[in-house]
Amino acid sequence: MNFDDTPQEAAFRATARKWVEANAPKELHAELSKSSLGRIRLAHHDIVDVGKAWQKRKFEGNWACLHWPKEYGGRGATPIEKVIWQQEEGVYGKLTQPFQIGEGMCGPTVMAFGSEDAKRRYLPKLASGEEIWCQLFSEPSAGSDVAGLRTRAEKKGDDWVVNGQKIWTSGAHYSDYGLLIARTDPNVPKHKGLTMFFLDMKSPGVEVRPIKQANGMQEFNEVYFTDVVIPDSQRLGAVGEGWSVSLTTLMNERMSIGSRLATGVPEMFEFCSNLMLEDGLAIDDPAVRSKLASWAAKSNGLKFTSYRTISALSKGERPGPENSIGKLVSGMMLQDIATYAMDLQGAAGVLTGNDEETVQGQFQQMLLSSPSMRIAGGTDEILRNIIAERVLGLPGDIRVDKDVPYNKIPTKGR
Amino acid sequence: MNFDFSDDQKQLRDQARKFLAEKCSPKAVRVVLDGKAPYDKELWKGLAEMGFLGVAIPEEFGGAGAGHLELCVIAEEMGRANAPVPFSSTVYLAAEALLIAGSDAQKKKWLPAIASGEAIGTLALFEGKGNPAPKNVKLSAANGVLNGVKKPVPDAAIADFAVVAARTGSSGRDGDISLFLVDLKGAGVAVKSLTNLDPTRGQAEITFSDCKAEPLGAAGEGWSILTQILDRAAVLCAFEQVGGSDRALEMGRDYALDRIAFGRQIGSFQAVKHMLADMYVSATLARSNSYYGAWALSTNAAELPEAAAAARISATQAFQHCAKNNIQVHGGMGFTWEFDCHMYYRRANAMALGLGSLSYWEDQLIDRMRKKNAA
Repeated sequence: MNFDDTPQEAAFRATARKWVEANAPKELHAELSKSSLGRIRLAHHDIVDVGKAWQKRKFEGNWACLHWPKEYGGRGATPIEKVIWQQEEGVYGKLTQPFQIGEGMCGPTVMAFGSEDAKRRYLPKLASGEEIWCQLFSEPSAGSDVAGLRTRAEKKGDDWVVNGQKIWTSGAHYSDYGLLIARTDPNVPKHKGLTMFFLDMKSPGVEVRPIKQANGMQEFNEVYFTDVVIPDSQRLGAVGEGWSVSLTTLMNERMSIGSRLATGVPEMFEFCSNLMLEDGLAIDDPAVRSKLASWAAKSNGLKFTSYRTISALSKGERPGPENSIGKLVSGMMLQDIATYAMDLQGAAGVLTGNDEETVQGQFQQMLLSSPSMRIAGGTDEILRNIIAERVLGLPGDIRVDKDVPYNKIPTKGR
Repeated sequence: MNFDFSDDQKQLRDQARKFLAEKCSPKAVRVVLDGKAPYDKELWKGLAEMGFLGVAIPEEFGGAGAGHLELCVIAEEMGRANAPVPFSSTVYLAAEALLIAGSDAQKKKWLPAIASGEAIGTLALFEGKGNPAPKNVKLSAANGVLNGVKKPVPDAAIADFAVVAARTGSSGRDGDISLFLVDLKGAGVAVKSLTNLDPTRGQAEITFSDCKAEPLGAAGEGWSILTQILDRAAVLCAFEQVGGSDRALEMGRDYALDRIAFGRQIGSFQAVKHMLADMYVSATLARSNSYYGAWALSTNAAELPEAAAAARISATQAFQHCAKNNIQVHGGMGFTWEFDCHMYYRRANAMALGLGSLSYWEDQLIDRMRKKNAA
């Protein structure tokens, strides 16, 4: 048991480190380091602009999407080399935010199901950051039950005509392409009538509208489709096979390792170390210590769980299921920590401005944003189902709509 | 990075699991649970023959000289099997105390006897309620003569010797505490068994009356040695707790697959699935924290104090959580004496207190994190 690189890993790390040192946008280092809890605050730059510049430089240096095959813009790197790269890329990795969905989900799906022409046309430009991709899966009435989606694609000659609405699409407003799952046959049970496509987001009939979120911010979009034409050549997988194609996409999402999820623990530790309560520092209060210690132990547990996954990759093994707990644990912890930090602030905790007492409102912002952590990318409940069914081998839920044609399933709500 | 046990260590774990499945069935555990024997002597003998008791004891003192990572994988299996033997008191507490502070003669006398299964040892630290703290040590030592009462002392009724924490000064500092080694079969020692949450591991009271004792380690170094013993034992106990958590989770999962109610397997209800998924989450966090503890223990790393406290907290919470919910998944049957669920519930809650309570270790973790941040 050790934390050392193998000689090959050490050599790879040295190469990566040297390249990052020579090429990274050092002028952004301070701001990126300060950006915590998944929020990137750059005073004078747009994240997409600086992100594209960094991605392009990485591509030229052969470090973009490095685990992809060389012919599609990657480096042919192993999973452990990708992890090492992410460690060495460090805070500059935050600049890759606009490309993560493309790299982690859309690209792998195109790679698995696209034609050779499509792979050579789209993947290198995705890798270089020249073209940004988004993922169009969720709908107002198809969230956890994504197979219940309503957006229709109808065959007209060699093309498909799409009508419907998607929601919770990150980055749709700056994306060039989208990965779209749509219903092509409403007369068969819901999982069987779906087909996967990709489309140009500038196509006529595509309308992107930002969503004003519960936390007051606008990070996601609704996307409306009105008679949008998609050529059949942009279909991924067979007609009616969209569900199994989407499982490849989602599996890739869950395989993404090394992107450390924010837990709020370092921020909370720092806060408690400096906050004066009536009887002294918060961190000297037994009740505070007890909660803080439990959170710290959980947060350490997540870190060392990811180390176990990395170790499996290093040995060329498939990682075990332990990595599936990350978002479930960190999402709940963020919300709990935010609530408790404000409790410690007492009456001033209600203030969301840049007050000294409330540490610039960072926990208030965390409180308002944290519900999304427990919903996006699989709700806590769906994640528990996944653990129960795929890890523990418990039976799936009884699905009353399993063998019912889609158009006979009762629907309500959004 | 190789944050995992080696193939040899995993093989040892499999070997221990197989051995314990054969020699330490729930039926065998129940002999001790029902008070028909103070511990499983046959199993203890078998553990010695397998080389498990001395796995981390150097060869020159009669052990296998393998190391603490090997001891960790065995500990996990001891927890999984709920073994009714004085393994933790003898191997994690007494043997570790001797390895840290024993003179050559003391090591020669006791370590080979531990490895061969001839001697059972324990640590006499607590004096009634309270957590580990120098101020809670009142038993006095003057000129090597002990007077006072220790309780609860794990496995004291069957132990041959004890490491005893005693007060040798009154300055109010850590240096007031010294450790002694006492032959419990000698004069001036009276041992009385006490009933406790987990009858598969006994607890007792020891009264020392003008009992002659030899010092273990330098005078006034007792507290610093004790802290090291407790940290090391915290990691080893965490592995037992991880093994127990996994077993409780498996029992719950198996029952949820087997039991039919409302015309379906109860494991198909989300209320049950989610409870089991949460148990898996706790057990996984505990395992990962314990691995870090194992690394720190085996390399004697500067990170050991923090790693041990985090492992202790995580593993205590996981075992309590899994043992509690295992009963819940079982419903009414889980509350019968006949089903094994309560054995893990008892063990989980007894272990949560053995080296100091959860809140004590939470306190320790914060102190140690602050120390690291300040450095």
